[in-house]
Amino acid sequence: MNWVTKTFTSSIGRKIIMSLTGLFLCTFLVVHLIGNFQLFKNDDGLAFNVYSHFMGHNPVIRTIEWGLVLGFGFHIYEALMLTMRNKSARSHGYDQWEAKKNSEWTSRNMGILGSIILVFLIVHLYNFFWRARFGTLDPDINKNDDLYRLVVSSFHQWWYVALYVAAQASLGYHLWHGFRSGFQTLGLNHRKYMPLITNFGYAFAVLVSASFASMPLYFYFFTNDEGAIITSAPAVLQHLLVAFN
Amino acid sequence: MALNSKAPEGPLAEKWDKHKFNVKLVNPANKRKYDVIVVGTGLAGASAAASLAELGYNVKAFTYHDSPRRAHSIAAQGGVNAAKNYQNDGDSVFRLFYDTIKGGDYRSREANVYRLAQVSVNIIDQCVAQGVPFAREYGGLLANRSFGGAQVSRTFYARGQTGQQLLLGAYSALSRQIAYGKVKMYTRSELLDVVVVDGQARGIVTRNLITGETQTHAAHAVVLATGGYGNVFYLSTNAMYCNATAAWRAHKKGAYFANPCFTQIHPTCIPVSGDYQSKLTLMSESLRNDGRVWVPKTKEMAERVRNNEVKPQDVQEDDRDYFLERKYPAFGNLVPRDVASRNAKQMCDEGRGVGSTGLAVYLDFSEIIKRTSAEAVSQKYGNLFAMYEKITDENPYERPMRIYPAVHYTMGGLWVDYNLQTTIPGLYATGECNFSDHGANRLGASALMQGLADGYFVIPSTIGDYLAATPPKPVTTDHPAFAEAKAGVQARVEQLLSIKGNRTPDEFHKKLGHLMWEYCGMARNAEGLKFAKAEIAKLRKEFWQDVKVVGSGEEMNQALEKAGRVADFLELGELMVDDALDRNESCGGHFREEYATEEGEAKRDDDHYAYVAAWEYTGDNQPERLNKEELVFENVKLTQRSYK
Amino acid sequence: MAGSNPNAKPMNLTLRVWRQPNHQASGQIVEYKVNEISPDMSFLEMLDVLNEDLLHKGQDPVAFDHDCREGICGSCALFINGRSHGPEKGTTTCQLHMRKFSDGETITIEPWRANAFPVNKDLSVDRSAFDRIIQAGGYVSVNTGGTPDGNEIPIPKDISDRAFEAATCIGCGACVAACKNASAMLFVSAKVSQLALLPQGQVEAQTRVENMVARMDIEGFGACSNIGSCAAECPVGISLENIAILNREFLTAKVVSNNMA
Repeated sequence: MNWVTKTFTSSIGRKIIMSLTGLFLCTFLVVHLIGNFQLFKNDDGLAFNVYSHFMGHNPVIRTIEWGLVLGFGFHIYEALMLTMRNKSARSHGYDQWEAKKNSEWTSRNMGILGSIILVFLIVHLYNFFWRARFGTLDPDINKNDDLYRLVVSSFHQWWYVALYVAAQASLGYHLWHGFRSGFQTLGLNHRKYMPLITNFGYAFAVLVSASFASMPLYFYFFTNDEGAIITSAPAVLQHLLVAFN
Repeated sequence: MALNSKAPEGPLAEKWDKHKFNVKLVNPANKRKYDVIVVGTGLAGASAAASLAELGYNVKAFTYHDSPRRAHSIAAQGGVNAAKNYQNDGDSVFRLFYDTIKGGDYRSREANVYRLAQVSVNIIDQCVAQGVPFAREYGGLLANRSFGGAQVSRTFYARGQTGQQLLLGAYSALSRQIAYGKVKMYTRSELLDVVVVDGQARGIVTRNLITGETQTHAAHAVVLATGGYGNVFYLSTNAMYCNATAAWRAHKKGAYFANPCFTQIHPTCIPVSGDYQSKLTLMSESLRNDGRVWVPKTKEMAERVRNNEVKPQDVQEDDRDYFLERKYPAFGNLVPRDVASRNAKQMCDEGRGVGSTGLAVYLDFSEIIKRTSAEAVSQKYGNLFAMYEKITDENPYERPMRIYPAVHYTMGGLWVDYNLQTTIPGLYATGECNFSDHGANRLGASALMQGLADGYFVIPSTIGDYLAATPPKPVTTDHPAFAEAKAGVQARVEQLLSIKGNRTPDEFHKKLGHLMWEYCGMARNAEGLKFAKAEIAKLRKEFWQDVKVVGSGEEMNQALEKAGRVADFLELGELMVDDALDRNESCGGHFREEYATEEGEAKRDDDHYAYVAAWEYTGDNQPERLNKEELVFENVKLTQRSYK
Repeated sequence: MAGSNPNAKPMNLTLRVWRQPNHQASGQIVEYKVNEISPDMSFLEMLDVLNEDLLHKGQDPVAFDHDCREGICGSCALFINGRSHGPEKGTTTCQLHMRKFSDGETITIEPWRANAFPVNKDLSVDRSAFDRIIQAGGYVSVNTGGTPDGNEIPIPKDISDRAFEAATCIGCGACVAACKNASAMLFVSAKVSQLALLPQGQVEAQTRVENMVARMDIEGFGACSNIGSCAAECPVGISLENIAILNREFLTAKVVSNNMA
């Protein structure tokens, strides 16, 4: 093995890849989120569709997309490798194990949280990405693919909304630990700056996951089948009754 | 037989250099043809093993621990002395030498002690180079603190964990040589006999403590760095595994045992709290820098404090007796350990002791906390205070510490000459295992100094003198002496297992310890010693009829290990009593009640007892033969020690 | 008899102890009763009581490692009620006192569990993997003699203090035992950062960290997930900051060292 493979197959090397890909995926989340805020524009999805058209056709974005694929791929692959390594480091467990007294639940369950996110990701990609890229969506009045229509209809199915919210909760917990952890793995832990990084990470985790989760909830509770906002409270209730029936 | 110390002639300051020039050398290419066994991996052992391997010798190192890093040197708290004079307070090699000789109550060998003071400065340099994180001043230079028995600040320290840091330094040097293949490390291996071939030490017999396997190992020379025998007292500040077996086995093979009765009782230990107690915990002597020792002035007040009617912190200044400051104004709380211990005992004997048992005095930090702050005190002693609180459930920042003397160190040990060679050619003893440098009382922060001096700087030079005269032929374990020693070890294990009596090794140990503490402890007298001698002999006999060990010798068997060690303590204990009886004087840690000044201080008898008592084993159940090494003092005047 | 707590009542306890004759054999939890335990006893003194009792009954006493009983040698290593060294923070097993438990309590005692720490017998494990990691580079390569004066290199006090704090690791293995991944990162990082902080150690800092991490991996410890159980359970309070230093040292070494292998 040369030094490169040796570095990245070592336990710390794998963690460094986890950290770099994780932090890279955080930047993706920011971009994705900002774009998705177009959904809240009450314009029948025109702005959103402009944005999704841009994301689907801009050559720079299309190139970065491959980076994203690699980012997810490596993040998942290394997670598997590390989990296997970690499992094999203790084949005989404890009779009594009180880890909750010395560590946070999220930090110990990144694998489970990640797996939920992965399931979500597959559903999400199939439903939106796949159909947008390879399916045939009707055009909107600007001749952009009307992805917005698909969003609206998807977010009016309760199980779909539930999956989304659960996945975003998982993402929040995943980030709660993962953000700070990424810096720690890169050796960026300094007593002056670590509190800032940690608190920023917590805020990031909450804001990002809550914002993403707000989208399906918004459509489910506050829009009609066309995606138009229902403003009055009785209307909302009526809408919900219909939805649940 | 008069013993020859082989100390070189000439002026004191030139002896060591001259000696290094005169010893025979082994040329670098030949060094790899010699094997050296080092037993024990504490400061003395690890430093010796590493240094010898660096020179090119093939070293086999042994420890009964699971790792060389666990030796009891690690528990040394306070510091290591060195005559650096970094503080510009008048220190010098000669002053360190003088303080050590005087502190030892003039019962140590001048040439050895001077050499110790000389190489002390190299120890600091060596340790710093290894990355030992000594305490530093804000300017980045090394800090010092004061210790008992000295009026200069020459003690280098790493908070209250100096021994740990020094040992980890030596351990790292040893680890490096293990990685190079120059040291073969045997962990969990306990020495159970020394093999002597044609009058020369040629190897050892060990028992693997995990598998129970008895093994033999051959070498051109053997170095014992196996520590002291304070656990003869059962309760001591020594670690639980500390034992005398290696030294005692060597003794029975012909190595003389010197000054066995010289044991150090450390004044500042956490008092005994109950019968279940397995060991005692030291509170570093460095605490006496800032803590003030006192007891209530009257028996009545002491009684009230004992009954919890008055909190110690509420006892008025006028009702307190700062007895060390009162009696020894020049040294105050920093008198040597033997003096501080005896005075504490005296206070308790007078009925002024505190704590529920009345066997404790106070060490009070309220003044320093008032003068500086609790935080400043914590900076210096935080870990010690925390340890105290864990053990006693009392907060020493608010309530004065209770302390009482406890067995801490043994100045006696295998007799060695200036080369650290025992009376068996080829068998060396270093560190606490030998008797050499501390006379009748060791000063604080001198044990670390001696262990490292022996291992890093003395043994690497002096062992060459012996090896150069030994043909570099490979040594093997083929000689019948190995088989014989191995069979002896196995027979003993079998015997211990076959008794199947009713009392556990611990019960015998406790009983022995009680006898030793009562009759051969802080104060001794002829009558008590004679009684103890008879009792120990009786106990030993009972041991071999009634000890209970279960299981087999072919497995990890901690009760069996313990039984073997207790068996040796039972023999050594009697020799300690013999030695204490022989020495009709008081000196340092050996305080014979019959020999005291009017003020109750130790009264030496230099005309008759300025010698090292080196005991020679003459056979099972035979009285040991006393050999004397006369101590010659050419550079210091023998005076009554005064710390007033 | 205690000076501090004269009202403390003796306790009766049930112990669930892992018993395993040797490395090859399989083991199980065995239940024992101990009575009249003083709250002022240390945990190990309580086990001494059990062992004396077992010995009197002709049964094999429980094997466990211990030595200094002052919390510094790092020998004692018991997993008590699901935690390294038991419930008290910043404490080794030997310094854990029975006043932290209550009368009638059931206490589960297990050995450190990690494949890199095979069980010798009962509660005693083989931690020689730690020694081999140190042998891979946990030292400054200086021979005895010929070293410069101790005051030749001034070292800022705060750097020296931080190095000291890292150097106080007692090598007990509580970090590995507490870690979900049985990772040895805290142990390794303590030594790496001690020597990386000090000028004496910087000379061979790169090879040191590369070799020690390689050895750590070979020994079969898990990777670090930054969970923090290790530091939370460390009896001497080794900080997670050291692991960051280790990561940084490793990354730097891999990027800039001349080592092509």
